[in-house]
Amino acid sequence: MAELTYRQAVAAALAQEMARDDRVVLLGEDVGSGGVFKTTGGLRERFGADRVWDTPISEQAIAGAAMGAAMAGLRPVAEIMFADFYATCWDQVANEIAKVRYMTGGQVSLPLVLRGANGSGGLGFGSQHGQSVENWAMTVPGLKIASPAGPAEAFGLLAAAIRDDDPVMVFEHKALYGRKEVVPDGEHVLPLGQARIVRPGADVTLVGLSITVGTCVAAAAELAADGIEAEVIDLRTLVPLDVAAVLGSVARTGRLVVVEENPGQLGWGASVAAIAAQEAFGSLAAPVTRVSGGNVPLPVAASLEAEVDVSVPRVIGAVRGVLGASRPVVRS
Amino acid sequence: MGVPDDLELFTQMCFLRHFEERADSLYRQGLIHGPVHLGLGQEAVAVGAASVLRADDYSLGTYRGHAHALARGAPADAVLAELLGRQGGICGGKGGSMHITSVEHGYYGSYAIVGAHLPIACGLAWASLIRRTGQVTVCFFGDGTTNIGAFHEAVNLAAVWRLPVVFVCENNWYMEYTPIGDVIPVALPAADRAAAYGLARIVVDGNDVSAVRQVVGDAVHAARDGAGPSLIEAQTYRLKGHSAADGAAYRPAEEVARWRERDPLLLARATLVADGTAGEKLDEIDTRIKGDLADLARQVLARPVPDPAGAWADVWSDGSWQWRN
Repeated sequence: MAELTYRQAVAAALAQEMARDDRVVLLGEDVGSGGVFKTTGGLRERFGADRVWDTPISEQAIAGAAMGAAMAGLRPVAEIMFADFYATCWDQVANEIAKVRYMTGGQVSLPLVLRGANGSGGLGFGSQHGQSVENWAMTVPGLKIASPAGPAEAFGLLAAAIRDDDPVMVFEHKALYGRKEVVPDGEHVLPLGQARIVRPGADVTLVGLSITVGTCVAAAAELAADGIEAEVIDLRTLVPLDVAAVLGSVARTGRLVVVEENPGQLGWGASVAAIAAQEAFGSLAAPVTRVSGGNVPLPVAASLEAEVDVSVPRVIGAVRGVLGASRPVVRS
Repeated sequence: MGVPDDLELFTQMCFLRHFEERADSLYRQGLIHGPVHLGLGQEAVAVGAASVLRADDYSLGTYRGHAHALARGAPADAVLAELLGRQGGICGGKGGSMHITSVEHGYYGSYAIVGAHLPIACGLAWASLIRRTGQVTVCFFGDGTTNIGAFHEAVNLAAVWRLPVVFVCENNWYMEYTPIGDVIPVALPAADRAAAYGLARIVVDGNDVSAVRQVVGDAVHAARDGAGPSLIEAQTYRLKGHSAADGAAYRPAEEVARWRERDPLLLARATLVADGTAGEKLDEIDTRIKGDLADLARQVLARPVPDPAGAWADVWSDGSWQWRN
């Protein structure tokens, strides 16, 4: 069992898949020299310049080239340095990559991965480099979405994304790149669409993704000191969404708090909450509650950023609110 | 692949002409659901370029793409069925006129967001380069495309990576309803931008099928030989409006008349007649194709509409659409 940082896990997953399948090729800005976030280090040296391609600062060209190469049968992995930059190539992502398989009646498949650094995490990157934009992708049918919470997830989900025959966007978290964790030895692949229970608990379900999984775990530890047992679920992927895992947990706990880093206005938590309200109504002892990033552009100064970022105290506050608002429910 | 003679090229252009005339007529009868953009008058670009491609070469076009698909060999009944919303549509009824695609014939799609397919063409060419297959990608687009960012990002990437791609600008002089000259700071939209990417300035008479064959052929051979991309400006003219709903009243009558004299079919006919082909023979071809397409349209219209269940197919590669369990 090796201990890897999140960024090393990304590189290791890329290496695992490039060694396994010579159709896997990388492209992006500075990827040949390891990339700004050092997630592709050593790959050009190991696999050669034919497999790792540096691009100009041209996100439309990067995403479009990935799409064309995928149509031709390669399995490209394109790095979009900061997930915020998807705005500069959103036509390629939302209008082309997501739709061309459908629009052509299934004549083409697009086995490609778009990956990039997402999220705030309190690093001071601000409004144009620190957003959580996974909810942008979730508005568009035809895109799969993964967002790993730690190194083992980063490794396994990226490997699965590369093997998937459909376009997968992998939202890595820039504040997690330095996080270290033991990653299983040997080939490591996680299924897309399968959430995991990070921590079991009977009193309330906390649903997180990416960095908010850690926030939920930290909150659960503090709540446990008060005798409140929170179950923490890491969704791992938004599409496919493992609704069964969420509803199964809510059936046990009767309470649901959804914790998302993207802004709450049409964040992914709204979909999870709506599904729970409709499909787990009988189990709910309290209103479904959401904790999300603020509905403002992200400020830079640490005190301002902390005001709007998701935090452990905000999650604990939401849990206490849910417990306080609880009513008895008749369990079948 | 044999070298097509002038008569064969004429016949193919004649087919595209009557296909588009038929599509125009069907649109006017209200039989086509959604917009239609006709390539009337631009047949020589599609036919001339397709005639120099290998069967495994890639090509891509715009929403004005019927001709480019048909020129690569896409079956006309399947294209018509797509326009008419009948069973057997080439995209299963999910693309319509603007997204005609026939991967089986190397035509990797019609793209309706201006400029979007130039980066995609780079990707197809990139795959050919990595695999050293010798395949070439030809990407058709309009003059208005030269003002959008994707054009510049794609041509730059192609030049930097020396991709085997040939960009063919069909300059029909109008960006939708606006004369292209009003919205570019240079004389020619594509040719005068080529130098910015270290590419040669190439202009061809897009209504002369032999000239298109020659110039696109040279560029395709160069790309196949590893000499990198080309940017060609083929000057042509659309005989009707931007879309079938547009009467094109904004174009001066004398300009239209001038270009009508340079109709690619008239030019091809003149060449054939000068070389000794009987005019009656060409008339017969014209009449036969026109009748064939009228018959084909009747047959396709008689087909049932697509099963509504088809709306739920082809999102994911396993055929399903579900996003959650």
